[in-house]
Amino acid sequence: MKAKLATLAAMAALAASPAHGQKKYDPGASDSEIKVGNTNPYSGPASAYGTIGKTIAAYFKMVNEQGGINGRKVNFITYDDGYSPPKTVEMARKLVEQDKVLLIFQPLGTPPNSAIHKYMNAKKVPHLFVATGATKWDDPKNFPWTMGWQPNYQTEAKIYAQYIMKEKPNAKIGVLYQNDDYGKDYLKGFHDGLGAKKSMIVKEVSYEVSDPTVDSQIVQLQASGADVFFNVTTPKFAAQAIRKAYDIGWKPMHFLNNVSTSVATVLTPAGLEKSVGLISTAYIKDPTDKQWANDAAIEKWRVFMKKYYPDGSLTDNSNVYGYTVAITLHQVLRQCGDNLTRENVMRQAASMKGWRPETLLPGITITTSADDFAPVESVQLERFNGKQWELFGSVLGK
Amino acid sequence: MKRNVLLIAILLIIACALPFVVSNYRTFQLTLVMVYATALLGLNILTGYNGQISLGHGAFYALGAYCAAILMDQAGAPYWATVPVAAAVCLVAGFLFGLPALRLEGLYLALATFALGVAMPQLLKYDHLAKWTGGVQGIVIAKPEAPFGLPLNADQWLYFFTLAITVAMFVLAWNLLRGRIGRALVAIRDQHIAAEAMGIDSALYKSAAFGVSAMYTGVAGALSAIAIQYVAPDSFNIFVSIVFLVGIVVGGLASISGALYGALFIQFVPNLADEISKAAPWAIFGVFMIGFVYLMPTGVAGAIRLLLAKRRSSP
Amino acid sequence: MDVVLHQVLAGLATGGIYASLALALVMIYQATHLVNFAQGEIAMFTTYIAWSLVNAGVPYWPAFGITVAVAFALGILIERVVIRPVENAPVLAVVVVFIALLVILNSVAGWIYTYTIKSFPSPFPKEPLFGIRYMSPHELGAIGVTLLVLAALYAFFRFTPLGLAMRAAAQNPQSSRLVGIRVGWMLALGWGLAAAVGAVAGMMVAPIVYLDPNMMGGILLYAFAAALVGGIDSPMGAVIGGFAVGVLENLLGAFVIGNELKLTVALALIIGVLLVRPSGFFGKVHVTRV
Repeated sequence: MKAKLATLAAMAALAASPAHGQKKYDPGASDSEIKVGNTNPYSGPASAYGTIGKTIAAYFKMVNEQGGINGRKVNFITYDDGYSPPKTVEMARKLVEQDKVLLIFQPLGTPPNSAIHKYMNAKKVPHLFVATGATKWDDPKNFPWTMGWQPNYQTEAKIYAQYIMKEKPNAKIGVLYQNDDYGKDYLKGFHDGLGAKKSMIVKEVSYEVSDPTVDSQIVQLQASGADVFFNVTTPKFAAQAIRKAYDIGWKPMHFLNNVSTSVATVLTPAGLEKSVGLISTAYIKDPTDKQWANDAAIEKWRVFMKKYYPDGSLTDNSNVYGYTVAITLHQVLRQCGDNLTRENVMRQAASMKGWRPETLLPGITITTSADDFAPVESVQLERFNGKQWELFGSVLGK
Repeated sequence: MKRNVLLIAILLIIACALPFVVSNYRTFQLTLVMVYATALLGLNILTGYNGQISLGHGAFYALGAYCAAILMDQAGAPYWATVPVAAAVCLVAGFLFGLPALRLEGLYLALATFALGVAMPQLLKYDHLAKWTGGVQGIVIAKPEAPFGLPLNADQWLYFFTLAITVAMFVLAWNLLRGRIGRALVAIRDQHIAAEAMGIDSALYKSAAFGVSAMYTGVAGALSAIAIQYVAPDSFNIFVSIVFLVGIVVGGLASISGALYGALFIQFVPNLADEISKAAPWAIFGVFMIGFVYLMPTGVAGAIRLLLAKRRSSP
Repeated sequence: MDVVLHQVLAGLATGGIYASLALALVMIYQATHLVNFAQGEIAMFTTYIAWSLVNAGVPYWPAFGITVAVAFALGILIERVVIRPVENAPVLAVVVVFIALLVILNSVAGWIYTYTIKSFPSPFPKEPLFGIRYMSPHELGAIGVTLLVLAALYAFFRFTPLGLAMRAAAQNPQSSRLVGIRVGWMLALGWGLAAAVGAVAGMMVAPIVYLDPNMMGGILLYAFAAALVGGIDSPMGAVIGGFAVGVLENLLGAFVIGNELKLTVALALIIGVLLVRPSGFFGKVHVTRV
């Protein structure tokens, strides 16, 4: 009798935790390793973002030294695609067909990811936590193998639009945007957010990444009489825009996109006194913002960087981003346990309920479900006071 | 002569056998090599044989690619029909660009073509053309399958389709270049005043060279769009033009086989550089470039020619 | 009217940037009859060296001086070690070496210094001069420095025996050797001077556009266009060309075609100019003898 009960109990225990004891592997997973694939621009015009791939590689080196994930080492295989979609296709095929990775994680850039979007879903390989703020990665019905990660640009732009309509309903808005998918995505979200009030925009000017300065564009915006400025620029141009606006005496209500809010690498070169009053949104802690100087999670990040990625800059928030996404994948793979099939990877990624890595701002969590493929959706508005970013209002988004 | 024919026949047999022996991924890479070879052959006709330097051939590559993509996406055209259309469009575009280019020499032509190469992505992103070009988002194309239920998978079929067109283009070029036309082009390159004095209509030949060269690169572009199934302005930035130039120099100027060597170089060496160093992969690529140019200043084809000549002359 | 004036001023400021790099391009052309596509990257790299010095506590003007000297040495080194071996190769092979240099310098700078932008100090006062807000004192000062360099180069080539020897070596190496000019060293000297001019350009440009490895990419294109439009063998032409291109670009973008096609139209216009005057405005027309 006791033996029977024991057996029943054991069976019940087994049934309750199906992951343990039953090892299931898809290509790329085994008893000893998990192969994770990635493409990043280590060369070419977007090579500034290549540091994200290096941060992720360093993170998994640390994880391996600390014992791996459920006893398995992570083999992080990353290839340079130079931000060129044809190369991304080639490298993705190499990862899936030659290296036989379990999943492709954080490929960077909207055009590169657009190029492999169909392929990944046709091959049924997880195309996970892609590194772009475009909206189209949250489409589980049509592309069940693709998932984004960061708050998308359109949502952010809509938040600014709503703020303007509430606080300054008679505003004349000027927009500066980078002439590529990133800039145009923000612009679309902004247009959609303003809706019928789109006519509030009195001037939209663009710039190319190859332009030396955006000074001419700022002068144009001032001349248009705009008193609100929506600034969709990458760090170098953001610093130029902030400085030039101040120098020519143009003081609009100034919304800066989330990509370029770093205190050390954008606002300090621009001039801290010239950046007072900037409004933006945030979801990740800026390592150069004084308020997080002694934050435990940021300290942990600094220790990690010094040991595993000493060449990396401690002032580049791309490196905090890379660290945070890597932690997210770590969690997903941990949750998979011994069931390392591609289907289970997607299932685990789509069942994060309010989990948070501590480098995200307080109050912001990662939530996904079968029809919500947008992990980080919340942001908080913040205003720069000359020394640091002051968060205000409530956490917006989901 | 006979030995050459034998070598080419062997090469063709190997080429036909490869897709059945290597993986789909490698087949895809080899398809890209052929695409680049056709593109480089086009540039070589203009720059190698005719001496007109072009730093902007990526623009014709883009033009051909977008022709194919737009026809397939908007007009529902079958993929094989897009290639002759791309060829025609680029032939005309190249010729038209070549006409004013007649007035420009050397550096000035380099700047003009460089400007073309830089301007193309901007044109492709232009909002008012976005209805057709897909703007910054680009155009996604469906992958062609083997026709008539042939027992080939999509990658293999695409490989043979590209192979057939590439072989045809190479044969056409060989015919053009070894005869009067080829000699006229070279004469214009080396001694254009003497060439004119001998009755060669320099203006016509030079513009025609531009047109034909653009046509080749445009066909390559169309094939690349079909193989990669995606076109976007970011796929055709100025680096494409620059890498093409590097390809023909490393492969061998004024040489048909040089196009093939150059294509192998620009397809595989960046990958190799990436394996060697993630910290600065293009620095390694640059070192390879310098290395090749130092060891073989007349390109791989030139070095092979020298080697063969030495063997022939030594007893 | 005000609006146009502001754009013109902004255009002159950017034009100053193009002019300074165009001078370096003309310099290298006058010495070697080649356009060095890596000139921008050499300038960027030497500016990083200056930045390292300033960061280590060296005051501005000594750092400036050291950097110019280092750039001069670097230019000579590059000529002797990298360019010399391909002296007799076809021109296009040399172009590929330039491209390789460009790519190597860019990549290595990105690796050593990372891609976050860096501020570079300016020796000029911070407060707007004469109440002009549309051109910062640094931009005015940078234009002044460019004109100084132009005057120095002009004087060097026109009035010194060394300058004459350099021009001779570039134009006709064989005859120059016959009269005793050490052609090899003239080339090296030319490279050294071009690198030094480039370093000055970089240090003037960096405070305006911020220092990062891709700083010179876009500038190189416009500088190249400016140098050709002005006349590739005329330093004065390059400078005037630079200002013209800067103003043209701004006016086109603001009033004519909008920023989305600014680059395309500006380049088309430049090429149009070249079709009418193939040697540029101030260049010498080359006559080839049969």
